[in-house]
Amino acid sequence: MSETTGQPFRLPEGGRIHRDEPLRFRFDDAEYTGFRGDTLASALLAGGVHRTGTSVRLGRPRGIFAAGSEEPNAVHQIEEPFPEPMLTATTVELYDGLVARSLPGRGRLADRPDPARYDARHAHCDLLVVGAGPAGLAAAATAARAGARVILADEQPELGGSLLAGRELPGWTREIGEELDAAPEVRVLRRTTVFGHYDDNYLLAVERRTNHLGAHAPAHLSRERIWRIRARHVILATGAHERSLAFAGNDRPGVMLAGAARTYAVRYAVVPGRRAVVLTTNDSAYAAALDLAAAGLEIAAVVDTRPQPGTWAQRAEQAGIEVLPGHAVVGTRGDTHVTSVTVAGYAEGRLTSSARQFTADLLLVSGGWNPVLQLYSQAGGRLRFDDALGCFVPDGCRQAVEAVGSANGTFGLGRCLAEGTAAAARAIAADPIPLPSFTDEPSSPAIQVFVVPGTDADGDGDHTHFVDLQRDVTVADLDRATGAGLGSVEHLKRYTTAGTAHDQGKTSGVLTSGVAAHLMGARIAELGTTTFRPPYTPVSFAALAGRDRGALHDPVRVTPLHDWHAAHGAVFENVGQWKRPWYYPQDGESMDAAVQRECRAAREGVAFMDASTLGKIDVQGPDAATFLDRLYTNMMSTLKTGMIRYGVMCRADGMVFDDGTVARIAEDRFLATTTTGNAAAVLEWMEEWLQTEWPELRVHLTSVTEQWATVALAGPLSRELLAGLAPRLAVDAESFPFMAWRDTKVAGIPARVCRISFSGELAYEINVLGWHAPALWDALYAAGRPLGLTPYGTETMHVLRAEKGYPIVGQDTDGTVTPQDLGMGWVVSKKKPDYMGKRSHARAESRRPDRKHLVGLLPDDPAVVLPEGTQLVAGSRLPEPPVPMLGHITSSYRSAALGRGFALGLVRGGRDRMGERLYAPVGGELVPVTVASPVLYDPEGARRDG
Amino acid sequence: MLLIPCPWCGPRDEAEYTYGGQAHVPYPQDPASLPDEEWGRYLFHRANPKGPHAERWCHTAGCRRWFNAVRDTATNQLLAVYRAGEPRLAGGEANGRDLFA
Amino acid sequence: MADTETSVSARSPLAGHAARFAAATRRSGGAVRLAELPYLAQIDVRLDPKGPAADAVGLALGFPLPTQPNTVVHGGGSSALWLGPDEWLVVGRPGTRAELEGRLREAVGDEPAAVVDISAQRTALLVAGPRSRDLLSHGCALDLHPRSFGAGRCAQTLLARAQVVLAVRDELKPGFWVLVRSSFAGYLGDWLLDAATEYTGAV
Repeated sequence: MSETTGQPFRLPEGGRIHRDEPLRFRFDDAEYTGFRGDTLASALLAGGVHRTGTSVRLGRPRGIFAAGSEEPNAVHQIEEPFPEPMLTATTVELYDGLVARSLPGRGRLADRPDPARYDARHAHCDLLVVGAGPAGLAAAATAARAGARVILADEQPELGGSLLAGRELPGWTREIGEELDAAPEVRVLRRTTVFGHYDDNYLLAVERRTNHLGAHAPAHLSRERIWRIRARHVILATGAHERSLAFAGNDRPGVMLAGAARTYAVRYAVVPGRRAVVLTTNDSAYAAALDLAAAGLEIAAVVDTRPQPGTWAQRAEQAGIEVLPGHAVVGTRGDTHVTSVTVAGYAEGRLTSSARQFTADLLLVSGGWNPVLQLYSQAGGRLRFDDALGCFVPDGCRQAVEAVGSANGTFGLGRCLAEGTAAAARAIAADPIPLPSFTDEPSSPAIQVFVVPGTDADGDGDHTHFVDLQRDVTVADLDRATGAGLGSVEHLKRYTTAGTAHDQGKTSGVLTSGVAAHLMGARIAELGTTTFRPPYTPVSFAALAGRDRGALHDPVRVTPLHDWHAAHGAVFENVGQWKRPWYYPQDGESMDAAVQRECRAAREGVAFMDASTLGKIDVQGPDAATFLDRLYTNMMSTLKTGMIRYGVMCRADGMVFDDGTVARIAEDRFLATTTTGNAAAVLEWMEEWLQTEWPELRVHLTSVTEQWATVALAGPLSRELLAGLAPRLAVDAESFPFMAWRDTKVAGIPARVCRISFSGELAYEINVLGWHAPALWDALYAAGRPLGLTPYGTETMHVLRAEKGYPIVGQDTDGTVTPQDLGMGWVVSKKKPDYMGKRSHARAESRRPDRKHLVGLLPDDPAVVLPEGTQLVAGSRLPEPPVPMLGHITSSYRSAALGRGFALGLVRGGRDRMGERLYAPVGGELVPVTVASPVLYDPEGARRDG
Repeated sequence: MLLIPCPWCGPRDEAEYTYGGQAHVPYPQDPASLPDEEWGRYLFHRANPKGPHAERWCHTAGCRRWFNAVRDTATNQLLAVYRAGEPRLAGGEANGRDLFA
Repeated sequence: MADTETSVSARSPLAGHAARFAAATRRSGGAVRLAELPYLAQIDVRLDPKGPAADAVGLALGFPLPTQPNTVVHGGGSSALWLGPDEWLVVGRPGTRAELEGRLREAVGDEPAAVVDISAQRTALLVAGPRSRDLLSHGCALDLHPRSFGAGRCAQTLLARAQVVLAVRDELKPGFWVLVRSSFAGYLGDWLLDAATEYTGAV
């Protein structure tokens, strides 16, 4: 047994640990060993480490208090193999090479990226059983035998739940586990915590898949996995958490929940001390005392607050254990660990005899059991305080969820088994299964004790009567809060912070309610509990993010030409989820230089850009023209086949929603384009009206955004370039006028060419099937290079359009701007009886002359390019605040064609301010600007025909 | 994550849907004849009940159909779904369909 | 009549993924198979399922358009996927889009229907193999169990963060078509390769 060297508290035999697999680990810079099957907590206890930290607020020594996820004290920083903050030692499975450190409060995040993989899976089932204790196993087996699709999730590495810490039914547990593992429609999720229960039985669980392998975890498997489970029925067999009670010095290392101590002894073969006092209000601690005594621990006394404890006390006495009925613990001593326990007579909230001191290094407490109903409550279930049981129990839920076993306040193995099978049989309309006969021992009623008065000798009032160990909240704190008039548990929680820590008050919540009720002279049933919210236990952000990180964080949408752009040095701009070339710097060119060069090419030679991201909607049907007339502000029904019209869409409130072009393909067919960012929204908007208001219209809408790739070709030389590649196309301005489209072949590729210009120059948009776009682009590039063909990006596109005063929806508009505000009254039909937004345009508010208008703004200093978003004010000196704001700059660039900086902006009554000087506060300065027409370049429109 | 029964596709996760606000707010027959206040009411005023609420949803990531649903805003329970154009349901009836079949 | 995609140099949205799909398929030892099915003919058909156009299209295809939501009918080298109560996606072999569109347009005649070629709007991925359902379940919230989503089923839904059309191709071996918008194809291809790591072994 050399492996147990250095494990002075490890029992020589027993437990569910693998003694043939010793594991080395470090805690607070000391070396320890444990075994596979240990938790960090059980291995620490085996090594004699009880104190595992210092409390946050008061700096008091604290030790391992529980054996599961309810642990309030032993919250540690994992250092190796990868830093993780605030893991509970009671839930960290031990692995070789683990390095951990105690934490005074907050943890520390890793300073490097986590190399592990995280992922998610969706799962569906007829029945989800949460918890694989006796009730859960009985429920899962019942549904499995009926052929139902079952998911059984349990946070432990082994099935069995409370059976793992007892000596009952070992064979049955194993057999049911094997049966479930083998059943084809059953998924058994070990190491899986169901942490959230949402609407329509949607539950989230985290499976810890390779954490327990430490540095040996295979890299291709996800370390943690989020299960997104949709269950027809849910059975919560989540067990119960033992609670403590408030007495003086109840926080010292060595004070431990009685059930936890039993778990350490039976499951891990570790005794957490040598000589124990047991304080209880109920029967359950006797089983712990007897098991621990059998393991060789000396039980100094069982202190029972009940005057007449019943049959369990007799069994303890028969085992030679002293039982003190009608007593309670009134104090503990010890610097960093319990060294003695003080006991006094107790009845109905009062001390009835003088104190007696026991030497002990362990004080086991049981103040009763709280059914684990966090998920039930999250699901919308009501909780009711059961006075007989002394705990909150389920009281109905609108969802198909049922709590069974001790989660339902049913204590006793036989009854838990029966309840599990019955619930599953009800849920999926099957028969209960035969179960091992197990007769529960007769129990004696518990009494509710939440606070044991201190003795005057202590002189510390209630300041060491701890309620919430993690938040250092005491009875004195609650007393102050209730004294301040706080009467609701929700207010008490926020005032004192009780229940708000990492453990979310698993062991302290009901105690808080009990103590508050005691202080206020109220009943717990009236006070209730605070609301439970997900997650049940902390979940790492890495697990929640799963695969959605790095390059997969959000879809990156690309056009068929993306690879060319990347290969030619494009700097990309994010437009929604799209990556669009922003500009193409050459040989260390600055952005400004690149954009000026691209602009010159488009104005003086020829340039091309990838415009494939524009939204495109096929509008087809006999009523297509009528439909478009209703949605666009201008008339589309008069458009001739073969022609294109610019259009604006408003919402019913009259504000500009989107703009684009509409091409009439046939009498009953149109192709509408939308802005890149609004493609989906426009289609949805059109469908909404069609389906919900105008179902009588015979129109169908189909997105063809990616069917067509679009190349914009702009500049005085564009006609020459196109003519060379499209021999069948008559390109002269008469045959192919502005705002017409033609089907032809470009470089041998079937193409629809539109004479559309977003720059004011002679320009074309060439549309080809997406998969032909690279061939088209390559052909244009090869044929165009002798002409100086230059690729341009979105920044150049913006400069060119701004020089022409063309607004960008979403940049120059913000949902408060009408077409008239943009100076585009010409795009609003006066003839149509109605269109979307017409009634709103008729409102007096829409016709006010002092609305903000889109205007051009020229800084007096042509070298200045004002920041977009800059406010505009009237005077050359700022008056006392509030300063009247006249508007703001929406677009601002340097123009190669104009040889100066310029801007567009929305200015109050702007069209009546032409030539007026305004001021733009930038930094500490007021920069003078002059209001001008928004069309600053080629106002006559002489260039568009080349 | 609600499980919303599309009248065409059956139950799907809420993430597949777009919410469309209160149902049965028809576009006025003749907007031009409405006084500003009534037009404003059409544009901006919507019910905000605690309890059953008839509202519109669109199965955006599925069949792209708009439909109506009665949802209890206090419990998030869907009480009924019905296709666009069908008469308003009060809730409590599933329009002859098992919502989650 | 051959379509231009075979005569003009074309590039499919996932051409750049082909080698990685093949490598992942190989490494998985048969567990999963990933491949692009490029250039499928895809025609969106909108019509009244109770009207004469529906019958005419059925005759033109050689099988009736499915009226049961989220089902697909295969036959004669093409498939018709139910996309909505008045919407179907007719899928045909590469190189047949012009012929298929023409045939369908001729069939609907003057009825108020819509026939739109959207062959390049989406590309298709084959996700097959005994672990294909597991692979898709990493990012698809539908219940893909063969009892609820078996042969003959299709659905428009979300896979990871992309909208897809999913169609079961379980006729011989477990498998799916995943039709995805061309601009999302690269993202979804990367996502599938990443999710498949679990089944393709150590990186």
